[in-house]
Amino acid sequence: MADYRLMKGNEVIAEAAIRYGCDGYFGYPITPQSEIMETLMVRKPWEETGMVVLQAESEIAAINMVYGGAACGKKVMTSSSSPGISLKQEGISYIAGAELPCVIVNVVRGGPGLGTIQPGQSDYFQAVKGGGHGDYRLIVIAPASVQEMNDFVGLGFDLAFKYRNPVMILSDGVIGQMMEKVQLGEFKPRWTDEEIIKMNGSWATTGKTSDRERNIITSLELDSSRQEKFNHKLIEKYKTISEKEVRFEKIACDDAEYLFIAYGSSSRICQKAIEIAREKGIKVGLLRPITLFPFPTKQIQAMLKQVKGILTVEMSAGQMIEDVRLAVEGKVPVEHFGRLGGMIPSPNEAVQALEDQIIKGK
Amino acid sequence: MADINEIIKEENLVYSKSKILTDNIMSYCPGCTHGVVHKLVAEVIEEMNIQEKTIGVCPVGCSVLAYKFLNIDIQQASHGRAPAVATAVARLKPDKYVFTYQGDGDLASIGTGEIIHACNRGENIVVIFINNGIYGMTGGQMAPTSLIGMPTSTSPYGRDAKLAGNPLKITELIAQLPGTTFVTRQAAHTPAAVRKCKKAILKAFENVGNKKGTSFIEVVSTCSSGWKLSPVKSNEWMVEHMLPFYQLGDLKDE
Repeated sequence: MADYRLMKGNEVIAEAAIRYGCDGYFGYPITPQSEIMETLMVRKPWEETGMVVLQAESEIAAINMVYGGAACGKKVMTSSSSPGISLKQEGISYIAGAELPCVIVNVVRGGPGLGTIQPGQSDYFQAVKGGGHGDYRLIVIAPASVQEMNDFVGLGFDLAFKYRNPVMILSDGVIGQMMEKVQLGEFKPRWTDEEIIKMNGSWATTGKTSDRERNIITSLELDSSRQEKFNHKLIEKYKTISEKEVRFEKIACDDAEYLFIAYGSSSRICQKAIEIAREKGIKVGLLRPITLFPFPTKQIQAMLKQVKGILTVEMSAGQMIEDVRLAVEGKVPVEHFGRLGGMIPSPNEAVQALEDQIIKGK
Repeated sequence: MADINEIIKEENLVYSKSKILTDNIMSYCPGCTHGVVHKLVAEVIEEMNIQEKTIGVCPVGCSVLAYKFLNIDIQQASHGRAPAVATAVARLKPDKYVFTYQGDGDLASIGTGEIIHACNRGENIVVIFINNGIYGMTGGQMAPTSLIGMPTSTSPYGRDAKLAGNPLKITELIAQLPGTTFVTRQAAHTPAAVRKCKKAILKAFENVGNKKGTSFIEVVSTCSSGWKLSPVKSNEWMVEHMLPFYQLGDLKDE
């Protein structure tokens, strides 16, 4: 029977992790995502599934715990919010460089610096373009509902292990804090040690047995020609991900003459904005990128035959708009509307911006 | 002279290289203590027959390349973070013997937070701490452990306490933490010291098997290249200057 609950987005991340057979969570308190670890500590999954939950001494320690667990072939994760994610960047780069699977949740708040504890979407560049040092990519998925906070934990682990790549769930303070109806997943048992060896034993540090060479987890290569070869291998992997893993949603696009492009909570605001605009006779639709890397470039290009202009709505100074403009290549006007510092755009403001910056601006 | 085939007969064998050591040529400088301590770790793993159960964590420093020399599953970690990495490994794989192998720039400087908290939680791991009072890999810069007056490339006129603070006896700090069960300071500059050091490493690994918490072994070491001394002179300098400050012996054995 379907298991429906009314839950906060952050609580759902914790519940979904337990139910998806997560082996370990390592975190550090920071607003607005502390309910994730709090929920885990109340649930005591170590008694139920054997899942390890540990409050680390810092964000840096937490991401390095994720490195250690992932290197053993375990399903491990961490969560934080913007300033804490900045602290994790060195570790994330090492995880990408060592090709380890893991899930990192960022419940974004406004920045820079300590910024605000209210919602933001100003970590797009950090999540999608790198964040740490070196040429690497995260797979970035952006939930727009509490239901997707649930669904993307499992999706995140699946993608992480499929590509041996870190996955970031790029949420925001709205999705993390709001309550919605959610259908929870079935309980999946954690992998046994035998299953881990069967699936990941060729690379994970599970203990060297006499039937195989030792497994080494490292991101170090002092021979430049070999490092370059490895860089090309990563590029090939990211190309495959770009070809196969683009996810997006289109709403009211069939007859659309104008287009909102927005992800996460901004996309929810745009859904209301579409209703308001259409009452005024403005035929506008929404393209919601679900994966931010890989970005739905081709899907945006396919809309250019019918739309006269695009407004990106982000709770940032305009970050995703750069990827939209790269896709559009100047063929139609692309403008940005955003609120900053933890302020949330209203649907009316979004419609007004569409009229002022795109329709009248044309 | 005896025939070589006579000499290498099984019954004449008194010593052989540990099977846990690979045949890769070590990248350590002549006289470096790492080679000796690697050998001791390898021998302990072999004698305890725990190759399948051992996972090593080696962070940035000269010994970041330990995975080339030890024939066990190894994780290379970022600078200072090995105790956090090992925490997760030990908790997720409680049947394994997990150890970190860290230098003083790593453990006593950038990784101070991680080592203190891992030891305070009493993670069931072995920590091997090579203290040569200097950053070896990057070319002999001052470490928190450098002695007062010790010349390094970033304290060319000798370490000045007014400018750079005093040398940090982190092992004494670690010994105060209730999570640690065995804290000792060893050296490996004489055959007797090597034997004592091996006993300490053996005890530390046995403690992991008995789930006793964190065992911490400092090995006061030399860095001939960083100290700009010959291997023999380095040992003499260590005895004369390092050992009076970093005194050998057990700080805690519960």
